Amino acid sequence: MTNMVPNLMPVMPEIILAVGAMLLLMVGVFRPTKAFSEVSTLSLLLLVITGGVLYFYVGGETQITFGGMFISDSFAVYTKVLILIGSFLSIVMAGPYLKDHMIDRFEFPVLIILATLGMFAMVSANSLMSLYVGLELQSLSLYVLAAFNRDRNRSTESGLKYFVLGALSSGMLLYGISLIYGFTGSVDFDVLALTLEKAGSGHLGLTLGLVFILAGLAFKVSAVPFHMWAPDVYEGAPTPVTSFFATAPKIAALALFVRVMMGPFADMIGEWQQVVIFLSVASMLVGAFVALMQTNIKRLMAYSSIGHVGYALMAIVIGTSAGVEALMVYLVFYLTMTIGTFGAILSMRHSDGMVEDINDLAGLSTNNLPLAISIAIFMFSLAGIPLLAGFFGKYYVFLAVVEAGFVPLAVIGVVTSVVGAFYYLRIIKIMFFDDAAVSFEKMESRSLNWVIGVTALINSPASVFLIAPVAAMAAWAALSFAG
Amino acid sequence: MELIAFSFYLFATIAVVSGVLVISAKNPVHSVLWLILTFFSAAGLFVLMGAEFIAMLLIIVYVGAVAVLFLFVVMMLDINFVELRQGFLQYLPIGATITLILFIEMGMVVATWQLGPDVAANAAAPSPAVGDISNTAALGQIIYTDYIYIFQGAGMILLVAMIGAIVLTHRKRPGVKRQVVNDQVARRPEDAFELVDVAVGEGITQRTQNKG
Repeated sequence: MTNMVPNLMPVMPEIILAVGAMLLLMVGVFRPTKAFSEVSTLSLLLLVITGGVLYFYVGGETQITFGGMFISDSFAVYTKVLILIGSFLSIVMAGPYLKDHMIDRFEFPVLIILATLGMFAMVSANSLMSLYVGLELQSLSLYVLAAFNRDRNRSTESGLKYFVLGALSSGMLLYGISLIYGFTGSVDFDVLALTLEKAGSGHLGLTLGLVFILAGLAFKVSAVPFHMWAPDVYEGAPTPVTSFFATAPKIAALALFVRVMMGPFADMIGEWQQVVIFLSVASMLVGAFVALMQTNIKRLMAYSSIGHVGYALMAIVIGTSAGVEALMVYLVFYLTMTIGTFGAILSMRHSDGMVEDINDLAGLSTNNLPLAISIAIFMFSLAGIPLLAGFFGKYYVFLAVVEAGFVPLAVIGVVTSVVGAFYYLRIIKIMFFDDAAVSFEKMESRSLNWVIGVTALINSPASVFLIAPVAAMAAWAALSFAG
Repeated sequence: MELIAFSFYLFATIAVVSGVLVISAKNPVHSVLWLILTFFSAAGLFVLMGAEFIAMLLIIVYVGAVAVLFLFVVMMLDINFVELRQGFLQYLPIGATITLILFIEMGMVVATWQLGPDVAANAAAPSPAVGDISNTAALGQIIYTDYIYIFQGAGMILLVAMIGAIVLTHRKRPGVKRQVVNDQVARRPEDAFELVDVAVGEGITQRTQNKG
């Protein structure tokens, strides 16, 4: 290690985000009126600038800095762009809801920016220590966001629950890291990879450490059996926060999963593969079967996201760059359909407040046909009906899994997809064929309508045109793990 | 050498015993006091290992700040610890079973522990040679040059913690009188008082009410 100033070029986006977040905090504090809308607009601008710097200035070459603790490569750039899109749309969609519930405080966009910074650090982690710091930065922002509506019991309860269980999972992760460090004497991914390659397999302590790290990471992606927090937190948190939870942090945690399993522990694939197979199968089963009994649409989305994490983990099981490529395609479409669904949930309200019960959707088609059609598209897409975007995501994953020889895994995936299709289709049936139970109020928000429209278009059969460019970009991202 | 060994066993015994007393003391205030004793003996162990900076840090930060704060919280919050302990016996069997299983598993892991190849070289890589520079200088070099990224990241985490505490607890209360420095500086003598000729035999009638 040297005493010279480290190369700051690869971390430019992170520096911009960090400094920008602090500046936005200043703007918010010294603007007594209208702080929220100004800070929101500026934070959107900040995210766009970060994206520009990330793409044009940093680029996709593999660069390592800070004495090997930070890595920027095509995989990192790709996932960071997805995270930026998720954060951007979450801030765009949050405005009307927060104003409506009198919680339009300027800290909201600032916390989302800081969470984004943490996710960037996770995606670019090249040592177990920078991994942990990034993870904590992201998690801590999310705990606060979950409890953002502090005068509502449900929201504070979800924040506290998330905090306690998150701290527990951090403890497990740290314990695993300490065991790994005790075995190898290093936390650096490159050194770890070299040492573990030499060490070979069959070391009990090493395996135990890896399992603890897997448990910690599985909690962050809410994979079964570490999913208990997800439905309660998703239901209790304010809906814009839920939509953020279901998108950007999921992508970041899955990227971290790939980074850790295929980087330092690539040679221990025999040890972690079975664990990830179990996580994947259990998540798919719970996501499909428990969701059947849900009546609250936010809880339903929580189980839906657990199921989708199962499919995503299936792509990681393979442990090759082909799996990463499939995962990258999958995440793009997962992002668009989830954002779209939550946009639709955010734009429905009746006289008593927001629509959250599935049965309240009855008769939406007569009230607001465009919205009903959009939701139908999202549901078909989430279920993976052919010709819609969700189908292509699943298709790529199943294809990669079958080519790698894990046929039973793919069969379970298809079966759970069919089971899952039932509850997605039930929503469509309620919207189009049931009699209206409650009257909907118009919630006019141009930004929200715009988000729903664009995501619905992306998920519609028009997505056929998107397949080629998305697949090409995913292949580019997976280059980081080739060879 | 014997003195060092003796001190080690002394500090270690005190640390373990007071650690047990922290969780078994009936009175929570006593628990905190035992905790402070644990910190002191841990600091002694650090000194024995040559990590004098961390030892001092433990005394200043943990004993001086955290434990005393803890003591205040315990004394002021008036938590009913008897109520918290309810159900202890009910959950004891299952808790003890799980703990025992975990303990045996950990014991097996530790008993069969092997070190990986190159572990000594890997572990020694980041720190400068012992004996060249003092503890404090070595820590400073590592934290502010090699690990500056993590140091800054930890700083961001603390910032989030601060924002979070403010977001979740700060309330704007109406009717609170605050000091406004600008108003105080902008205030002129004419606003505050005036000279009045007092006629002999008469008092001053109150002229203005809004000044002062």
